[in-house]
Amino acid sequence: MIQLKNLSREFQVGNQVVHALDNIDLEIAEKDYVSIMGVSGCGKTTLLNILGLLDTPSSGDYILSGINTSQMNDDEMAKIRSTKIGFIFQSFHLIPRLTAAENIEIPMILAGYSKKMRAEKVAKALARVNLTDRSDHRPEQLSGGQRQRVAIARSIVMEPEVLLADEPTGNLDSTSGTEIVELIEELNKGGLTLIVVTHDKEIGKRSNRVIRLLDGKIIFNQEQQGA
Amino acid sequence: MKFSDLLFLAFSSLIRYPLRTMMLLIATSIGVMAVILLTAVGEGARDYITSEFRDLGTNLVIVMPGKNETSGGGGPADFAGIAPRDLTVEDAVSLMQIDTIKAIAPIVLGEMPASFGGFERDVPVIGTTPEFLRVRRWEMREGDFLPGVTLDRSPPVCAIGKEVEKELFGTSQAIGQWLRVGDRRCRVTGIIDSEGRAIGIDVQKIVVMPVSLVTALFNRPSLFRIIAEAESRIYMEQIKKDIIRIIKKRHQGKEDITVVRQDTVMSSFDNIFNVLTMALASIASISLFVAGILIMNVMLVAVSQRQSEIGLLKAIGAKNRQINNLFLTEAILLSGSGAILGLILGHSITLSLKTIFPTYNFLPPTWASVVSLFVALICGALFGLIPARRASKLDPVIALSGEK
Repeated sequence: MIQLKNLSREFQVGNQVVHALDNIDLEIAEKDYVSIMGVSGCGKTTLLNILGLLDTPSSGDYILSGINTSQMNDDEMAKIRSTKIGFIFQSFHLIPRLTAAENIEIPMILAGYSKKMRAEKVAKALARVNLTDRSDHRPEQLSGGQRQRVAIARSIVMEPEVLLADEPTGNLDSTSGTEIVELIEELNKGGLTLIVVTHDKEIGKRSNRVIRLLDGKIIFNQEQQGA
Repeated sequence: MKFSDLLFLAFSSLIRYPLRTMMLLIATSIGVMAVILLTAVGEGARDYITSEFRDLGTNLVIVMPGKNETSGGGGPADFAGIAPRDLTVEDAVSLMQIDTIKAIAPIVLGEMPASFGGFERDVPVIGTTPEFLRVRRWEMREGDFLPGVTLDRSPPVCAIGKEVEKELFGTSQAIGQWLRVGDRRCRVTGIIDSEGRAIGIDVQKIVVMPVSLVTALFNRPSLFRIIAEAESRIYMEQIKKDIIRIIKKRHQGKEDITVVRQDTVMSSFDNIFNVLTMALASIASISLFVAGILIMNVMLVAVSQRQSEIGLLKAIGAKNRQINNLFLTEAILLSGSGAILGLILGHSITLSLKTIFPTYNFLPPTWASVVSLFVALICGALFGLIPARRASKLDPVIALSGEK
C-alpha cells in the first residue's frame, strides 16, 4: 500500500542543512496499524506530512497504492488528500465558526458533492463517532474528546484508505484519550490503514507495528505479537 | 466546489469577524456614497443651469445685451469695463424686418408690489408679448395670455401665476379684476397653469404684463433679452448674422450683444456639465480606491490570522485554486455589500437633501449607481487578488503548525 524508497527530506536552516529524514525505506501494508515514535525533532512529523502529501521529499520515491507521487502537481496531490487520506491533529483543527455538522461537511463541499449526499454522509459519520445529538454545536460548545471525535468524523467522511493521526490524544485527558484511541482502532479493524505519530507508549504497545525514528533514520521497525 | 457553498463559506467567515466586516463595509459604502452624492450635485447643477433653456420651444435664437469676449481687443475701453448699450424695445421692433423670424418675445424683468383689495405682496414681474407663451411652452388654466398686446401696443392687461391668484384673490374670481402693480393698474385676463421655474423665477408667483408697460413701470428701457423664433431650423444661422448686423447698425456700429442659438447653448452646457460630473465622479472614486486598499490590508491580516484554517483546508483536499476563490469571494462579497450599503445611503441622503433644499435639484444619475457598484466590485476583486494568492500559496505544513 505504502512504499518509501530511499526517501530523504532536507531543510535549509541558516547555513546548515538539516536531514529531517535520511534515506528511509519503509513499507506499510494495507489495513496495518502502525505507530511512529521517537523524541521530538527525530523527523516523525515530517514523515507523517510526507505520507499525507502535505510535504514533498527532497529525494527518493513515495509510492501510494502503486502510484508514484513524486511527479504529482499541487492539484493532483490535493485530489489524493481529498479522496485517499484522512487527517487527525493534536489540536483538532476544527473551524470555530462552523457547527460540528458543517465542519464534517467541508471535505465534501471542497469535493463538490451534492447537498443531499452530504447530509446523508454527515449523519452517517456523526453516528459513527456517536455525536448525532451534537451536530449543531460549535467546537467551543464541545469537550476536547468530542472535538476530536468531530475531527475523526471529518477525516473519514470521504471514506479514505489511510488515516494519519498526529498525536491524536496529546491534548486530551486519559479517559477521552482512551476513547479516541478505541474509536480509531475500530476504524482500523473496519479496513482503514492507520498510522499514528505519538509519544504515548500505551498506543505504541497496542499497534501492530512500531517504528522508531532517531535523527531522521529508522532505528526500530518491528511487528508486535498479541497486539 | 459549488458556488452556493463558496458563498456560504465566505459569508460564514464575514460574520465571524463582525467588527472587521463592519469597518470594511463602512469604508466601501462611504466611497460609493461619495460618488452618488457628488454626481447628484453635478447633475443638479446641470439641471439648475439648463432648466432656463430646456423648457423653451424649438428653433429659438436668444439675444442678450453685452458681449463676452475672451480674446482680441485689450484696449483701454475693455479694461475700463464699459457697460454695454441697452437692448431696447425698439431694437426688438427692428428685428421684425427679418422675414424668416416667426415671432419675437422681448423680456423685461423686475420686482414690484402687487395688490388687490387689502392684500399686497412683492411679485416678480415679466414684461413681454403673447409670443412668450409659445416660446416658453406654458399652459393657461383659464383666460387669455396678454390679449391684444404687440411690441408697440400695450393695453393694461396681465396674466398671473396660480400662487398669486390664491394669495391675492383667494376664492373670488380673479379674471376681470383690476390688479395694482406698482403705480399701474391692469386687468387680469388669464391664469397660468404651468409650474416650475423660468429664468430662475417660480412661475406660480409671477405677474406677466405687456413689455412697454413694464419698461415704463420700472422707468428703465433695457430689455433682459430678446427671444426670436425662426420659421425653420435652417434659417437660424442666417438669422443670427442678420440680428448682429441690424443691432450693430442701430448701436453706432458697436457689436455689443451676444446672440446664441438655444440648441447650441443646451448642448454646450450639457458638455460642460458632463465633464464636471465626470470630474466629480472620478474624485469620489478615489475614496473607492482607498476602500479597496483597505480591503487588501485587512484581507492580508486575515490570511495570516487564519493560517491554520488554510492549512487544514489544504490537508483535507482543498486545491490552491479553491483557497484562492474562497478569499477572493470574501473580498468581493465585502466590497459588494459595502457598495449596496453605499447606494442605499447615497440615495437616501439625496432624497432628504431634496426635501431640505427643494429649489436645488439633486439628481443622482443612474450611471453613477451602476458604475460605482461595478468599480467597487472590481476594486474588491483586484485588491482581493494579492491576499487570495498569498493564502493559496501557503505551505500547508507551516500553516498547520502555526498556533491557533
